[in-house]
Amino acid sequence: MNRFFDIPSDLQHSWAGLIGLHLREALLPVLGGLVLALPLAQLCVRLRWLYPPVLWVTTVLYAIPSLAFFVVLIDYTGQTEVTVMIPLTVYTLVVLVPAIVDGVRSVPPETLAAAAAMGFGPVRRYAQVQLPIAVPAIIAGLRVATVSSISLVSVGTLIGNQGALGNLLHDATIYNRPELAWNAVLTMAVLAILADVLLVGVRVLLTPWMPSGTAGRGQGRGRKEAAAR
Amino acid sequence: MIRIDSVTKRYPDGTVAVDRLSLEIPDRAITVLVGPSGCGKTTTLRMINRMVEPSEGTISIDGRDTRQQPVNTLRRSMGYVIQNAGLFQHRTIVDNIATVPRLLGWSKDRARARARELMERVGLDASLARRYPYQLSGGQQQRVGVARALASDPPVLLMDEPFSAVDPVVRKGLQDELLRIQDELGKTIVFVTHDIDEAVKLGTMVAVLRTGGRLAQFAPPAELLTNPADAFVEDFLGADRGIRRLSFFSSAGLELLTAPIVAVDASAEQIAARATEDVPYLLVTGLDGRPLGWSEPGALTAGQVDTGRLLPCGRPFAAGRDSLRAALDCAVLSPTGWAVAVDGEGRAAGVVSQAAIGEAIRGAHANDTTGTTGFAGAPDLAAVQKAAR
Ligand SMILES: Nc1ncnc2c1ncn2[C@@H]1O[C@H](COP(=O)(O)OP(=O)(O)OP(=O)(O)O)[C@@H](O)[C@H]1O
Ligand SMILES: [Mg+2]
Repeated sequence: MNRFFDIPSDLQHSWAGLIGLHLREALLPVLGGLVLALPLAQLCVRLRWLYPPVLWVTTVLYAIPSLAFFVVLIDYTGQTEVTVMIPLTVYTLVVLVPAIVDGVRSVPPETLAAAAAMGFGPVRRYAQVQLPIAVPAIIAGLRVATVSSISLVSVGTLIGNQGALGNLLHDATIYNRPELAWNAVLTMAVLAILADVLLVGVRVLLTPWMPSGTAGRGQGRGRKEAAAR
Repeated sequence: MIRIDSVTKRYPDGTVAVDRLSLEIPDRAITVLVGPSGCGKTTTLRMINRMVEPSEGTISIDGRDTRQQPVNTLRRSMGYVIQNAGLFQHRTIVDNIATVPRLLGWSKDRARARARELMERVGLDASLARRYPYQLSGGQQQRVGVARALASDPPVLLMDEPFSAVDPVVRKGLQDELLRIQDELGKTIVFVTHDIDEAVKLGTMVAVLRTGGRLAQFAPPAELLTNPADAFVEDFLGADRGIRRLSFFSSAGLELLTAPIVAVDASAEQIAARATEDVPYLLVTGLDGRPLGWSEPGALTAGQVDTGRLLPCGRPFAAGRDSLRAALDCAVLSPTGWAVAVDGEGRAAGVVSQAAIGEAIRGAHANDTTGTTGFAGAPDLAAVQKAAR
């Protein structure tokens, strides 16, 4: 059992160290994705014609294997975490952009009419009405993006042990130590569950105005995307 | 005064929603825009606060073109209430109401204090302040919508079918509440509805629009019911416009008979004296003078009437304050065909037969056709109108 946490020295990290690394490589792309997706989604809401092509591009990008990204990126960013995080950031868009667009569009037309009639300018209306009401949908998107990002970090193994916990999978085969693979899989699963629970908690804190029982509203899309994968 | 001057709205797809509409909307009164679905009511209302820009024509307030001031300043000077309230689901009731004061730069405390004051004004319990919209009934949400529109005390209130999504009982309550608030605040209200009864009840002036956004008639409700401009307006008013029009005639002119009234402890002689040929029934009143019920004279026992055997007298009308419509309604519903009139304290003031009411109606109409305004026969119209509500 003590061999379970005995991390081979070639990884240059303790188990806890790998967890920290893993979280960083998984969560920074989600954050980056959110920062990109917010303005992109707002653009899609304002210019309706833009939404289908944007959706199409994010889907195509999602279809590109990370290995292909690595081949291109490695000339610029080398065998680093950044090379792993760039494709992960791009992948989150396929979930986050539609989640935010749907969320913002779910604001009832009467609410928007009322806001306009009370003299809200477009910026105020976005920040004080549309975005807060879109929070449940956005967080539903973030949950899917986060969980999938946590599992996707593993592919970083391919470019010189940048896969954090995923590197254990590789070591499990070369050192013939299957318990390392178990460690990697279980740890990632626990991290994913914890991150998900945390996001649900954030949602509950941010949306005291939601009727209990409809808490799942807005998650449909994200779930479907994940299933399609 | 809001002046709409030959305004036309053509939407980009070519739909003409409003066609050369001119209206002078009086200050401190309720002007109702009514008409069938799609006739351009919402478009007209939204042109006033420039949520929709007119294609042609001008709208001015107190002589000033609405395009002369920044659009958001204009909008904050007008409350806006819509169907389903359009509340901000992510804000508490008190913060919903405080929205416009906050936009105008009031401090949070002052805005919330104002919001609580308005909750009371529109009849919302203070305990609802910290709730979210989903925790309120439709009628309560609608009250919040009205409070929110009143929050910064704007001189103008625009209301777009504000009460059409609630049941008839709640709607009546909200209408009465609006009239009460209007009595206190005297706003200039433009009220959109497709319900002609609501229009007649609330409106000081009623504009009937026809499909295609043209004005069919602009008149006080009594005149509308008396002299519909054309077949379209007449159709729109509905089949029983004659009956509804009676709301605008006072019952003050009715000759009330006190002879057929006996107290519950009347003696045999008193009963005998009252039971004349042309009064088939006697009204029995309690010792406090309130009506108890009808009885044939022969069935009454002198000294102590058996109140359990009386015919019900139904809901009486308030003499002088209620309209002829209310009086007629009482007579029609009464088992004896006679209506009971009561005074301010609920004591029987007299009785009147259907025939006598019919006579009064004919008299009112006769006066009416000689009048020039169409409702000159109705004494003290405003008082009657208010009482009829
Ligand atoms: N944005 C728009 N673009 C094109 N046509 C419109 C638009 N808004 C309204 N219309 C059309 O203009 C006409 C008047 O619409 P409006 O909403 O003013 O009617 P309304 O009297 O308020 O009807 P309702 O009682 O159903 O609310 C309708 O034929 C409608 O289809
Ligand atoms: Mg409308």
